[in-house]
Amino acid sequence: MAAESKIDPMHQFQISVLGGGTLDGAPLAFTNSALWMVIVFGAILLFMWGGMKRELIPGRWQAAVEMLTGFTSGLAVGNIGPEGRKYAPWIFTIFTFILFSNFMGMMPFGLVEAAHPFTVTSQFTVTGVLAIISFSIVLLVGFWKHGFHFLSLFVPHGTPKPLLPLIVPIEMISFLVRPFSLALRLFVAMIAGHILVEVFGYFIVNGINAGTPIGIFVSAISFVFIMGVNALELLVCAIQAYVFALLTSLYINDAVHLH
Amino acid sequence: MDLEAAKVIGAGLAAIGVGVAATGVGNVFGSFLQGALRNPAAADGQQGRLFIGFAAAELLGLIAFAVAMIILYAV
Repeated sequence: MAAESKIDPMHQFQISVLGGGTLDGAPLAFTNSALWMVIVFGAILLFMWGGMKRELIPGRWQAAVEMLTGFTSGLAVGNIGPEGRKYAPWIFTIFTFILFSNFMGMMPFGLVEAAHPFTVTSQFTVTGVLAIISFSIVLLVGFWKHGFHFLSLFVPHGTPKPLLPLIVPIEMISFLVRPFSLALRLFVAMIAGHILVEVFGYFIVNGINAGTPIGIFVSAISFVFIMGVNALELLVCAIQAYVFALLTSLYINDAVHLH
Repeated sequence: MDLEAAKVIGAGLAAIGVGVAATGVGNVFGSFLQGALRNPAAADGQQGRLFIGFAAAELLGLIAFAVAMIILYAV
């Protein structure tokens, strides 16, 4: 029997330092996460640059870019109203960044050993920062527009007086937990999908290595299954980007209009 | 009971939550489809709400998964 490889699905999420050093004793390093953020940024730039030539008759590329920008600004305007155009840049930023980094993490570059893709959004720090920026926009817009009247967000219309001590803490908790749930959803969805794919990948390899008919059978089933899971993962990548942008625009809508 | 065994049992119990969230997500899409087939004209306008419901139901399953992972690897 060949050397049994232990299933280690967490290895792909490890941050490795590629370069850099220390600044004032604190580590300041260029990691694989940073590298893939740069690659994602480059891909977005390339995609946008190809479609911003402002041709009178849009080609396929320009049509694709217009579809993306139209979709995100439609998301902002549809959920926030006409003044939502102001927030369309941020909705566009998070949607494209999350979408591209999710898809980049799914790309089969790992066939070349050194080019194993790193899913940027599988780190809670990255999704957490995105969620914190979204939440800060909500807070800033809310307090800027309404002052302390913004706190009436915690009191839904028509709440009976006796229920106030119960409703206000509940609304407050559900408001404060928003950035956390926003970040956790994206990060766990990415982690779970990649672990699933990795585990079934190990099943294929170990089954073939075992060399018995049952092992080959398990490998074949796992191979069919992994194709389905990959298709599902591509769908999840798009859905998670959409959900993040959708919820952000809904939260901004709360801040702009109260409720 | 051995701590290692208790950990694995705990992670398995946490995985039940993932299955329950699956019924929740299925319920969201099933109910949407039911309504959409009765009134297809109104279906497109409700897609935002569909995905909000999906996100809320899915989040609980993902939290159950996160709990299982924490029990297995971090405790």
